Amino acid sequence: MALDNENKNFFDVVGTRPIRPDGIEKVTGQARFGADAYLPGMLHGIILRSPHAHAEILNIDTTSLDNDPSVKAIVTRKDFSPDLKGEDWNILENVMADQKALYDGHAIAAVACSSLLEARDAVKKIRVKYSLLPHVTDVEEAMKEGAPIIREGVARSSVPKDMHPNIVGYHESGHGNVEKGFIEADLIIEETFKTEAAHQGYIEPHACLVNMMPDGKGEVWCCTQGHFNVAKVCAKLLGTDASQIRVTASEIGGGFGGKTAVFIEPVALALSKKANRPVKMVMSRSEVFRATGPTSSTSMLVKIGMKKDGKITAASGTFKLQGGAFPGSPMAESAMCAFAPYDLEHVKNVGWDVMCNRPKQAAYRAPGSPMAAFAVESVIDDLCKKLKLDPIETRLKNAVKEGSKASFGPRFERIGLVETLESAKSHPHYLAPLKDGYGRGISCGFWFNFGGETSVSLALAEDGTASLSVGTPDIGGSRASMCQIVSEELSIPYEKVRATIADTATLGYNEISHGSRVTFATGLATIKAARDMKRKLCARAASNWGLEEDAVYWEKGYVKPAGPNAGNHDPLSIIDIAKTMGRTGGPIVGHFEASPEGAGVSFATHIVDAKVDRETGFTSVDRYTVIQDAGKAIHPAYVEGQFQGGAAQGIGWALNEEYIYDEKGVLQNAGFLDYRIPVASDLPKIDTVIVEVPNPGHPYGVRGVGETSICPPLAAIANAVSNSVGIRMKELPMSPPRILKAIEENNG
Amino acid sequence: MKKVHVSTTINGDNKEFLCDTRETLLDALRDHLALTGSKEGCGTGDCGACSVIFEGEVICSCLALAVEAEGKNIDTIEGMANDGKLHILQKKFLEHAALQCGICTPGILMASKSLLQQNKEPTKEEVRFWLAGNLCRCTGYDKIINAVLDAAKEMRETV
Ligand code: FES
Ligand code: FES
Repeated sequence: MALDNENKNFFDVVGTRPIRPDGIEKVTGQARFGADAYLPGMLHGIILRSPHAHAEILNIDTTSLDNDPSVKAIVTRKDFSPDLKGEDWNILENVMADQKALYDGHAIAAVACSSLLEARDAVKKIRVKYSLLPHVTDVEEAMKEGAPIIREGVARSSVPKDMHPNIVGYHESGHGNVEKGFIEADLIIEETFKTEAAHQGYIEPHACLVNMMPDGKGEVWCCTQGHFNVAKVCAKLLGTDASQIRVTASEIGGGFGGKTAVFIEPVALALSKKANRPVKMVMSRSEVFRATGPTSSTSMLVKIGMKKDGKITAASGTFKLQGGAFPGSPMAESAMCAFAPYDLEHVKNVGWDVMCNRPKQAAYRAPGSPMAAFAVESVIDDLCKKLKLDPIETRLKNAVKEGSKASFGPRFERIGLVETLESAKSHPHYLAPLKDGYGRGISCGFWFNFGGETSVSLALAEDGTASLSVGTPDIGGSRASMCQIVSEELSIPYEKVRATIADTATLGYNEISHGSRVTFATGLATIKAARDMKRKLCARAASNWGLEEDAVYWEKGYVKPAGPNAGNHDPLSIIDIAKTMGRTGGPIVGHFEASPEGAGVSFATHIVDAKVDRETGFTSVDRYTVIQDAGKAIHPAYVEGQFQGGAAQGIGWALNEEYIYDEKGVLQNAGFLDYRIPVASDLPKIDTVIVEVPNPGHPYGVRGVGETSICPPLAAIANAVSNSVGIRMKELPMSPPRILKAIEENNG
Repeated sequence: MKKVHVSTTINGDNKEFLCDTRETLLDALRDHLALTGSKEGCGTGDCGACSVIFEGEVICSCLALAVEAEGKNIDTIEGMANDGKLHILQKKFLEHAALQCGICTPGILMASKSLLQQNKEPTKEEVRFWLAGNLCRCTGYDKIINAVLDAAKEMRETV
C-alpha cells in the first residue's frame, strides 16, 4: 500500500474554513498566555538594565539589598555557565552582560522578591559603577575609521582582511559576469538606500514562570516560538542537561520571529535556583523595545542594467546590515533574496554583517528580504519609468520560472511568481483608474521557507477519535490546519480531532515555529503520522481477519478486504478497530520524526495606491492588494490572515516605524505611543488573492505563507509614494519629516 | 505598606480584594481575582489589550487604580459569554477568523461590545476609528472589522 508518498489533489476538509479548535478559549479570555500562570509561593523577578549604550561595568554593588527581607535572590553574570563559546556565548552575553554594557537596555543584574512592587523597588537600589565608552548606532558610522570597535576578533574568516573590525561577516553569491552584463545595458541605475530597524511589535511581552528544583530539574512555562530551543538554551546557559529542563509553551501572543530568541527564561531559572522558589518574570513594553531584537537597520547599494525592451542585463547589490552588538544579521538572506524573482544571466550579491551598540537583532518575518526588495524594486521601478515600460510586463519579462537558475544558486522547482504577476495584471485593483494625487506601486517579493526538525504523534482513542501532539507553538491558527489534515487523512470529522502543543519531555526535538515552517513541516509530519496510523489500522484489521497486510486496503475511513481471495469480510471502520484495539494488539499510534526538506519557495506580488499630502508629508494608503502563492491553502481564512498581517506590518515599517536613538545612543521611543504601529483607522481593507501552484515537496502542495507577505510592502509603498510625490524615496520609514525633507531638497 | 480593602462588582458578582494603592485595576483583576482574560500589552494606555467596561464606559484597566474599583460595576471578557453561550461578537470573531494569536482579542471584544451598545449600526469607518485604540499586530484588522459589522447586523436582526 503506497499510503506514504501519495500526493493528494482532491480534498474534503482541506481548503474549507472550520472554526479553530482553540477558538472558544481565545474569545472568552480563558486561553493561558505567558503571563497568565501563577504558582504558590512564586517570586517576581526583575532585570536591571544598562542606561548606557556602551560602557564598562566596573562594579555591581548590591550591599543595600543585603538586609532587605523581601529580596530572595540576586543574580549577575557569574551565576551562569563560564565556559560557553560561539553563538552560545553570544546568547548568554545578550541575556546578561559580562564586562561591558553593549546597548541601552542590556541586562546587568536581576532580583527576585515576593511581590512585583518590592522587586521594582529593590532593583533600583543596586548601584552599578560604569565607565562610559564611545558608542555607535548607525550602520554606516560603525564602519568609519575611528568608530568604536564593539568587540575585537569576532570577524569570520570570510571577511576580507582590510575591512573595518565592526564588519564581522561577509557573503558573496551570484553568477555570470556583471561587468559584461552592464556593458550590454541601454540604461543603468545605481542607487543607495537605507532602512531603519523595526520591531516585531507582538502585543504580548515576553513572560515566563519557572521552577528550579534543588535536584537540578527545571520546569519552564513561557511564551515562545520554540520551547525545545528554550530548553536547549537554558540548559547550556545554566550548565545543565537539556532533558532536565522541561518547557511547556503557553499560548503565544504574537512573535513574528521575535520570540525565536531566548531572553528571560535562563535568568528566571537562575533566580529560582538561588531562591528555591518559583519565579515569574514579565517584561514591560519598554524592555521589549530596548532589549529584545528588532530587525536590522540597513544601508544598501543596488545597480541594475536594462535593455530598452525591459530585459535586465545585469544586477548587483551590496547589503550592509547591522545586527546590534553581536554577529548574525541576516545580510546573507538580504543578498540572496534581493534578485531572487528575476532570471538573470549576470548577478552579484554581497552582504556585510556589521556590529553596533544596539540590541541583538532577532528574526522578523523573512529576515533580510523586505529591505533588499525595497532597494531592488525601487530601482526596477525607476528603470521602467525612464524607459516608459509597464512595471508588471517588465517584471514578467524577467520573472523566474521552473528551471530558472536562482540568483542565489540552485535551479527553481515549480514556482508561482508568474502566476502572481498575471493575477495582478488582471486584478480589478490594477485595472482601476488612479484617483487624483495618488501613486500606484507594485513590487514582487521572495522568501525561501524552511522545513527543519519535526516530530509529531497521533494517538487513536477507543472511540475512534484522534489526539495529535505537535511540538510547534500555534502562533496563528495552526491547530486548525493540523486538525483538518488529520480529518482529511483519516476521514473522521474535524471536531473529532484534538491538537495539543506538547511539552519538551513528550516529543522528539522540534525546531522553532519559524521560517514559515509549521503548516509545511508539521503539516507534512501530521500527514505522515496519519498515514502511519492508517497502515497500522490496516495491519490490525488484517490480523483480525487472519490475513496478510497486503490483502486489505484503506478507503475513506474503512479497512476493506482487497479482493475475492481475501474472503468475505464486512469493512471495518476506525471506530470498529479502535473499540477492540486493547484486546487485538494494544494502542494504535501514528508517528513521524524527520527533518523534511522541500519547503518550496514562495513569491508574492503586491499592489498599493497611496497619496502624499505635500503640506504635512503624511501618506495615506487607500487600497492594498496582496497576491501570493500558497501552494495549497489548508485553511484559506488563516492564509489570508497571514497575507494581511504581513502587509500591515510592512505598511507600518514603510511609513512610520523606526528605532530612534539620541546622541547618547539611548532609545527614544521605547513604547507604543512613540513607536506607533498601524492602528485600524490607519489601514485600508487589505484585499487578498491566494494563488495555488503546488509545492512538489509536499503531499498536498503546501508552501509556507507566513513570511513572504512582508517582502513586497516596503518596496510597493515606496514606489506608490514616489509616484505620488514625484520624488524617489530612498530611506525608510517614509515618515512625514523624511518626506517633507525630500520635497524641500527637490525644490531647492 | 498596608493594603486597602476594596469591594466591587465584577461581571455581576460581588468581589472583594486587598491591594496595594500603587496597583492598577488590571493588576487586581489578574493577580488578585484570577481574571487573566484582560491582558497587559503595554501598561501605558496605548494598546487596549486591557480594555474593560467600567461603569458602562470602555477604559484601559492599566490606567485605572485598583482602589478606584470600590463600589463600581465592572465588566470583563470573562463575563461576555452567558451561561456557556457565546456573545454574538465572540461567535462572529470565530467565524471570520478575526484572531490569529488572540492576545488582543479580549480587549477588542470589550471595545466592540461597548461600540455596539452605543451605535447599533456603525459604518466601517466608525468601527475602524472606534477600535483605533486597540492594537492588533497579527491580522491587519480586516477580519476584525468584518466580524464587528457582521455582529452588528445580526444583533439588529435578532433584537
Ligand atoms: S495594557 Fe492597558 S492599554 Fe496596553
Ligand atoms: S490576533 Fe495577535 S495581536 Fe491581534
